[in-house]
Amino acid sequence: MGFYDVYINFKDFDYDAFFENVTSTEIKRILNKNKINIYDFLALLSPKAESFLEEMAQKAHALSLQHFGKTILLFTPMYIGNFCVNRCAYCGFNVDNNIKRKKLSPEEIEREAISIAKTGLKHILVLTGESPNATPVSYIIDAVKILKKYFDSVGIEVYPLTQEDYERMVEAGVDNLAVYQEVYDEKIYDRVHISGPKKDYHFRLDTPERGCKAKMRNVNIGALLGLNEWRREAFMSGLHANYLQNKYPDVCISISPPRIRPHAGCFDEVHNVSDKNIVQYLLALRIFMPYLGITLSTRERASFRDHLIPLGVTKMSAGVSTEVGGHSSNDKGEGQFEISDNRSVEEMKNVILSKGYQPVFKDWMQI
Amino acid sequence: MDLLKIGGIELKSRLFIGTGKFPSKKIIPDVIKSSETQVVTMAVRRVDLEAKEENILEYISKDVIWLPNTSGARNAEEAVRIARLARAMGCGDWVKIEVISDHKYLLPDNQETIKATEILSKEGFVVLPYMSPDLMSAKRLVDAGAAAVMPLGAPIGTNRGIRTKELIEILIDEIDLPIIVDAGIGKPSEAAEAMEMGAAAVLVNTAIATSDDPVNMAKAFSLAVIAGRTAYLSKLGATKKCAIASSPLTGFLNEGEF
Repeated sequence: MGFYDVYINFKDFDYDAFFENVTSTEIKRILNKNKINIYDFLALLSPKAESFLEEMAQKAHALSLQHFGKTILLFTPMYIGNFCVNRCAYCGFNVDNNIKRKKLSPEEIEREAISIAKTGLKHILVLTGESPNATPVSYIIDAVKILKKYFDSVGIEVYPLTQEDYERMVEAGVDNLAVYQEVYDEKIYDRVHISGPKKDYHFRLDTPERGCKAKMRNVNIGALLGLNEWRREAFMSGLHANYLQNKYPDVCISISPPRIRPHAGCFDEVHNVSDKNIVQYLLALRIFMPYLGITLSTRERASFRDHLIPLGVTKMSAGVSTEVGGHSSNDKGEGQFEISDNRSVEEMKNVILSKGYQPVFKDWMQI
Repeated sequence: MDLLKIGGIELKSRLFIGTGKFPSKKIIPDVIKSSETQVVTMAVRRVDLEAKEENILEYISKDVIWLPNTSGARNAEEAVRIARLARAMGCGDWVKIEVISDHKYLLPDNQETIKATEILSKEGFVVLPYMSPDLMSAKRLVDAGAAAVMPLGAPIGTNRGIRTKELIEILIDEIDLPIIVDAGIGKPSEAAEAMEMGAAAVLVNTAIATSDDPVNMAKAFSLAVIAGRTAYLSKLGATKKCAIASSPLTGFLNEGEF
């Protein structure tokens, strides 16, 4: 059984009718429970629950404090290639987009690593577009081997691989896998992934599970909010995280709530997702899964990110460039999307401290 | 002098403290001071020898015993590797074994903990294993060479008190090693309760680190541990279900005339 079996159960679920029936009394009852079930989680994602955001925030804050304390882990993404064979309607790397393509040489990867390491960061996430020819598994593994010299934790956010390839990645020193379903709704998935290997819904859906089987330490998932009505995608993301955590208790599961940002090309079917919606999503997640990691990217603007620190976030990116070679090179490949928070690692560190939280630079090492 | 002896070291303080979850590492020296602890645990995975300001070890004085823990280990093999790393980093020979392969409840894996304890005690480590309170596992930990046994009072970070009281009492009665209640203690009164039960010590982190005033909370725990231990040594009065009159009605029978 894979997660698709869970998805199927809700494929024709009448969300509107469910939300219509959620009452204030029910929300209050849920907020008084020690442990909530999947329908409680869905109720907390309902329009009705919007009136209870402060109560949800208090509970989410207390749970976060209990499980994670006042700490935020910092990391940065490092784009090593933006060649891509996919036609995804919402992505700047779309093969049809006339952008500057680049992949870093081993020397450039090392230069980039040295530049990032100077900021004090110890956790890094390697990203590529999907191009098995330009950036094959062997290329990514070689990059990881270079990065291991400078960082204590190396993660990958690359195209979906087989379990065997993930095992090779783990062997090379990767401990963290990030892979986003983008959109759980099958019909929308098919529409926005016009062509390319990413069109294979099932292969992508099972990717986090292959990572768990390959013994990754951390697996980060999520939907790209804006491709579908956010409550449904938020619910599916939570169900997926819950499914993985129950089946692979030794893996630390995290969720990111990325929203679509401006990017090269055009995609204008975006469903609006407000700041309030993001807050509701994060709070509902934390109450549903108190031990879940929640990762916040620089897609969100600085002031909003700062306010989210006490609401359950456990990991934040800092000093971000989505351009290939963006940390050290004058000859950069174009970025995947525009970032909203351009603050340096030092600035982020000081902001976290000013909020009464401890910025954590190192939370793992090679053993 | 009531001293706790572990690994050949005599300790006056029976409060061990942790260093995770604090709002800032800079507060840790003051917490250590106010707690009067002599044993401080830290996660090896957060030790960063290259970055002075970020290195947790910079905030823990050399006057206390460093108790590196293997937080993050999912099996015995990983715990052993982390312990060896800690020793190579200069953290000394004491190690708290944490083997957790369950991110949902953070409950320890006793079997893997026993394996790691056996390997590390043979290598000369003073091994303090964190475990689910189970008598047979505790006995195996004794055989494996543990220097003390650290049963949980409740799952890590829950502050829910000593939910496993009956089981810990059995360990205190049956295991001929110091029993240190670790995890779950959320209030000074609960630390006192553990000491009254006869626990040799308690380890507290979340309750101190996530309070509004960690320095004063550490002090409160220190006092509670002293109170609980003093009560234990003073032999608590027996509890009975019915009242016992201070001036019994038949007391006259003992006055010699009858």
